[in-house]
Amino acid sequence: MNDLVLSLLRLGFLVLIWLLVLSVVGSMRRDLAIGSRSRTGKPSARALKKNPELAEPEPTTRKAASSLQILEGPLAGRTITLQGQPILFGRAQDATVVLEDDYASGRHARLFPQGSRWFIEDLGSTNGTFVGDSQLTRAQAVEPGQRIRIGKTVLELKA
Amino acid sequence: MTEVQTAPVPRRNLELLLLLLALCVGGAAFFLVGSATEDNDSKNFLIQMGIMGALALVIHVLLRIFAKYADPVILPITVALNSLGLAMIHRIDLAKGTSQSSRQLMWTAIAILVAALVLWAVKDHRVLRRFTYIALLASIVLLLLPLIPGLGATINGARIWIHVGPFSLQPGELAKITLSIFFAGYLSSNRDLILMAGRKFGPLQLPRMRDMAPMIIAWLLSIGVLVVQRDLGSAILFFGLFILMIYVATARISWVIIGLLMVAVGGVFAALTMGHVERRVNVWLNAFDPEIYQARGGSAQIVEGLFGMADGGLFGTGLGGGSPYRVPLANSDMIIASFGEEIGLIGVTAIILLFMLLVSRGLRAALGARDTFGKLLASGLAFTLGLQCVVIIGGVTRLIPLTGLATPFMAAGGSSLLANWIIIALLLLISHNARRPMSGSVGPTDEIATPTTSRLKDRKAVTNQ
Repeated sequence: MNDLVLSLLRLGFLVLIWLLVLSVVGSMRRDLAIGSRSRTGKPSARALKKNPELAEPEPTTRKAASSLQILEGPLAGRTITLQGQPILFGRAQDATVVLEDDYASGRHARLFPQGSRWFIEDLGSTNGTFVGDSQLTRAQAVEPGQRIRIGKTVLELKA
Repeated sequence: MTEVQTAPVPRRNLELLLLLLALCVGGAAFFLVGSATEDNDSKNFLIQMGIMGALALVIHVLLRIFAKYADPVILPITVALNSLGLAMIHRIDLAKGTSQSSRQLMWTAIAILVAALVLWAVKDHRVLRRFTYIALLASIVLLLLPLIPGLGATINGARIWIHVGPFSLQPGELAKITLSIFFAGYLSSNRDLILMAGRKFGPLQLPRMRDMAPMIIAWLLSIGVLVVQRDLGSAILFFGLFILMIYVATARISWVIIGLLMVAVGGVFAALTMGHVERRVNVWLNAFDPEIYQARGGSAQIVEGLFGMADGGLFGTGLGGGSPYRVPLANSDMIIASFGEEIGLIGVTAIILLFMLLVSRGLRAALGARDTFGKLLASGLAFTLGLQCVVIIGGVTRLIPLTGLATPFMAAGGSSLLANWIIIALLLLISHNARRPMSGSVGPTDEIATPTTSRLKDRKAVTNQ
């Protein structure tokens, strides 16, 4: 084979291998938006048709919860109006809602607003906080109608 | 540990595209070797690439079925590296008249099919957590196998091979996977105990002995066996893995400092007392001394490799244009030097970047994984790949003493190919788990992890009051 052609082919090979490196790097662009959980790479309509499980849950038209009703426990029947301030549950005297309950911890759980939703977070209680039947492992959004259980107390958000 | 997420999209078509590009790179390498050496069977490269492509397609199709959201760049990078390695081994064969490349192709086929089997059989990496202690046992057995008389064999001064029928295997290569599984499984259940229980010495918090004992035993065993077998490279690999896994699990920099101090002390001790280590250090420091160059087992190998790379310069002599076959073990330990000579600094930089990208994708899978076990396993496996590259490429370029580790996916050698392809299969599975859309339910392993945490919190709460 002609020497010139061979040299050109050799240079071409170096270009090709770098092309591979650069296309790999290029395909990882999406990862640069780390942490923002932003809509980078929101699936296109076509991708959605092929993979229905990608669809974002429909934003349900919900009203912000306005009050908190205590259904069971020592304070049963009471209603607390929500004013956009976080609420602390526990036996401690500085808690917003003081629970006279041996099954509750001093600082048991915290209910706090974020955006238009309310989140409940367990503060390392001994007996745990439950939403529905599942124990909290991290802060979780609660919707009106879901039952929150702290010790013997059962609460529910009202719209 | 942090969790990072981007919007989930399968991206399997991108993988297919990159896979084609990777096969083009491999095919072009074969074609250049063929045309430069006027090799008669010029159809050879089509057959080799055809087999490689078919094998890669098997994995690709399995990913489409079982792990749709797996990382799309891991497979193409691996295939590119593997076919480049095949091309270089073929090139050395042509110069030396050996037939290593067909053996390597056969091993590649076996390795890829085993990786496919792992993909199909495991499906969810969290299953592996059940085998934590079995993995420890398997590691011990794998490391001890070569010491059994009759079965084990000593090659080049290291007793790390076993003979099974016509094959010789390095069971230690597989031990790096089983040890990673053990470290990940053990640390993911006992992380909190190691972190919180125990007493304090000034700024250092030492974990209780009984929490650390299985880890220390695993580590001592692997290092002990390796000292007896005289396999320095693997000893460095296992020690690095041990330090990294503890660091990732606890996020305490003190572990890394203690580990590096132990390496320094152990390294000086080994260099002063153990003959083969001392010789390697001497070869590394005084490589260009004529006496050491000419000595048996001296620096000839490293120095010839350096000469070759110097000859290659920036652009290289072109595949098939240099004389890498002058270096002993040009197709295994010194394969990076062969590449340095023939595709130059520009080409070798691309290869090293491919390795770096591969490791970074493994760590990315660890960042995205939703369970502690997956995080630890992915970072351990990715680190294993990375550390192998550092140790062998650093050795070949005389940055650190040369020790016999295989360049992943490139060097001739079946066991290393097999082990590294299994690592790729596991990384693909973990990345699938990390990138797939979140389903509402909590995974089974998360529930196992909770009791330990809450118990610890209780203990803390009691002491606070």
